[in-house]
Amino acid sequence: MFRKRKKPPVEIPTSSMADISFLLLLFFLVTTTIDIDTGIDLVLPPWVENAEQVKVKSDNIANLLVNEVGDVLIDEKIIGIAQIKPEIIARIKANPKLIISYKTVRDTPYNIYIMVMDQLKVAYNELRDEYSREKFGVPAEEASDAQIQELRKEIPQRISLAEPTSAEEG
Amino acid sequence: MKFQKKIAQTQQTIPTASLPDIIFMLLIFFMVTTVLREVDILVDYTLPEAVSVEKIDNKRLLSYIWIGSDERIQIDDSIIPVDAISNIAYQKRMNNPNIIMSLRIDKGSRMGIVSDVQQELRRADALRINYSALNKL
Repeated sequence: MFRKRKKPPVEIPTSSMADISFLLLLFFLVTTTIDIDTGIDLVLPPWVENAEQVKVKSDNIANLLVNEVGDVLIDEKIIGIAQIKPEIIARIKANPKLIISYKTVRDTPYNIYIMVMDQLKVAYNELRDEYSREKFGVPAEEASDAQIQELRKEIPQRISLAEPTSAEEG
Repeated sequence: MKFQKKIAQTQQTIPTASLPDIIFMLLIFFMVTTVLREVDILVDYTLPEAVSVEKIDNKRLLSYIWIGSDERIQIDDSIIPVDAISNIAYQKRMNNPNIIMSLRIDKGSRMGIVSDVQQELRRADALRINYSALNKL
């Protein structure tokens, strides 16, 4: 006769589970980068061969030229970089259809390009904020998605990037 | 008078049975947030600063182009010439139509090279770009 041998209870030792998961946790802690990318968004115009010239009324264009040392010329008037924002805000208020044609020379430092672009963006943000406070009673950061859509429609960012010229041409 | 050692009536041990669960939760959080692939940056650059920066919420849409202070251009892990950008950008856009090209450009670069890169991106129809900049308060 066979007697059934008494089996010891089957059990997987789980005491080291915490240690193992700690190790994994440490690995992911070390490899994770939580830094968030920040930057200025822009949508480029699509590429077209032999672009047909679209005529825009010259009243609706603000010519913004920046040279290699950071002098700013807006419609033949020299201003400083910090003055761009109030100037643009005043012009857009006077003419909501204004297109800003932003042109640099090939030697303009990127830093200055970004400073000017920043001024333009801040100007648009302030206009949107003002509109939002007036219409919705909340600052633009607190606007709902539908309100943001309306803001974008009402105050579109009309920035046209012209190809930089070399200093000799300009 | 005899001093008697007082022994607290409550249990002295901290229950550790739920410790693995807590650790697992943390582990899962970090696993989800980690983006493992990091490229070696071969060019030397310092980002410009700006006030009106926006946070990019979707990191997975991003693809980077670095332009260093010596005007070398890096995409992924290699240095490439300007005229190769449009092909690479086109490939990337095929794989991911909503791609955002993040331009990480040294603040001392000339606009000439920046514009050349932008023209290449337009040619590849990768139109959503983002000038990487640090937040200035």
